Amino acid sequence: MPSPTPEFASRPAGDVRREDGRSGAARGRAGARPRRPGSRREALAAYGFIAPNYVLLLVFVLIPLAGALVVSLQRTDGFGAGEFAGLQNYARLWSDPLFWRALGNTVLFTLIVTPVSMAFGLVAATLLNTALPARPLFRSILILPMAVSGVATALIGVLVFDQNSGVLNKLLGAFGLPAVTWQSDAGPAFLSIVLVTVWWRTGFNMLIYLAGLQGIGPDLHEAARLDGANTLQRFRHVTVPLLGPTTFFLTVLNVIYSFQVFDIVFVLTGGGPAGATSVLVTYAYETGFVTRDQGYAAAIGMILFLFALLFAAAQWRASRTRDVVE
Amino acid sequence: MRARRGILARAAVIAVVGLVTISPLYWMVAVAFSTRAELLGGRELRLWPREVTLGNFDRVFASFPVATWFSNSVAISLVVMIVSVTTSLLAGYAFSQLRFPGSTALFFVALATLVLPVQVIMVALFRIVTGMGLYGTYWAVILPTTASAFGLFLARQFMLGIPRELIEAARLDGAGHLATFLRIVLPLSRPLIAVLAFMSLLSSWNDFAWPLIALKENRLFTLPIGLLYLQGQSGSDYGATMAFALINIVPIAVVFLLFQRYFIAGFARSGIK
Repeated sequence: MPSPTPEFASRPAGDVRREDGRSGAARGRAGARPRRPGSRREALAAYGFIAPNYVLLLVFVLIPLAGALVVSLQRTDGFGAGEFAGLQNYARLWSDPLFWRALGNTVLFTLIVTPVSMAFGLVAATLLNTALPARPLFRSILILPMAVSGVATALIGVLVFDQNSGVLNKLLGAFGLPAVTWQSDAGPAFLSIVLVTVWWRTGFNMLIYLAGLQGIGPDLHEAARLDGANTLQRFRHVTVPLLGPTTFFLTVLNVIYSFQVFDIVFVLTGGGPAGATSVLVTYAYETGFVTRDQGYAAAIGMILFLFALLFAAAQWRASRTRDVVE
Repeated sequence: MRARRGILARAAVIAVVGLVTISPLYWMVAVAFSTRAELLGGRELRLWPREVTLGNFDRVFASFPVATWFSNSVAISLVVMIVSVTTSLLAGYAFSQLRFPGSTALFFVALATLVLPVQVIMVALFRIVTGMGLYGTYWAVILPTTASAFGLFLARQFMLGIPRELIEAARLDGAGHLATFLRIVLPLSRPLIAVLAFMSLLSSWNDFAWPLIALKENRLFTLPIGLLYLQGQSGSDYGATMAFALINIVPIAVVFLLFQRYFIAGFARSGIK
């Protein structure tokens, strides 16, 4: 099977037949979509094929999204009909320090966790792609955290990072280092959710990088070696560029996941101390289902969605320009 | 000689990474199989129990409906897996092999839902699920969980790599779209199906955010929700919490370790590398 190029991978759905000679010629002549006999039937069949997936998306994602937009314009506690409040909820965001804190934490968290866990994943995958003793054992160990649920991961974090009885502080003490206040201070608390998430996420990145490395033949490395490139140079000039599409895919996925980080924060720190680890999704959840200020919670959510969409669009554009340049 | 030293250096690095990765899991196991006083009691550092005990598991099984939660998790994740693999394969075929008006727009709509966290829509989704009479049943979790575009995206990427000549040949032989899908595309998509099945199994087995809202009754809890509930009830009984965490983790971890090769191979061929 031919390995798809990045250009191929980022092609929108409508263009899948670019190499189909007939439709290319038709497009060249008329500049419009080709019409072929039976294309109506083909379209009907296509709608049938996508119907199950899109009915589910419509009912359980798109309609609720429209509903969230409506709720974000209301003042409501979720019981009975809300009253229309215009853009008041959005105006409130502007002067809400907890919102800005949660937004800042979300961005900071994403900016740290994404590159760190991807770098660890890449290094581990590169090492595991070479001759090593006990390679399957190490690979299994490294991907194991991926199978652990977010709640269990966070509870292991609670166990390890507890500032009074946690094993980490005892270990630090055994080396003569002072205990860290993982729960009562903002910085260490934030660091604890970052460390736990990096532990949880690295395995997945490694796995996808391993899959990407399988597509790079040994001949390129051999050629670079004959040209006198050392291990580090081969990594920098052969492996990293050829993994470009993998890195793009992982960046998008990691940023999406980081924007949506919920389990770890909710269970490990609950957003505390004093909002120091609160992120947009936990803040939206607390506002919607604990304080039951549901209109405001929906407004927080809409802003979060907008941010995520803008980022994804920027990534998409960047990848397309890069493909054209290369 | 130089190659040997290279291997040693790489082995040392990977050993350190492996040790850091396995330590928290080891600690969970150690705490689950020891009495509370032994590992967590004093101020001094103890890294392994003198005596292994099943007491934590006994307490968990005596006080919580573990078997019910376990079978809830199995039932929900298996149904989610079957529904989402089927819908993803069908939609992936249309987006990779068929031409139809609005395909680009529809595809981008699906992509956009990928960046949508459930917390954004939870209030409205909760009202819809309640309005449909699903609240208080498994379906309140199953249906919203299967409404995802991730599988569609993977399926389309993979199926774009299926040689066009095979599809055209089947069409010339008079096969309809469904027959082409069933006889040509599905048999070639086995690595894809493995990846899709495992991804949806893993994510629904471990899902937390939506089940936390959709499941309020103890008897419907899945393992992760039960785990959080148990931790809330047992307070600082870390032994019981870690024992139950193991019950949550071990089945899916075993499946994962057994099938990791297929998983990597499937991803390698899905065109996202």
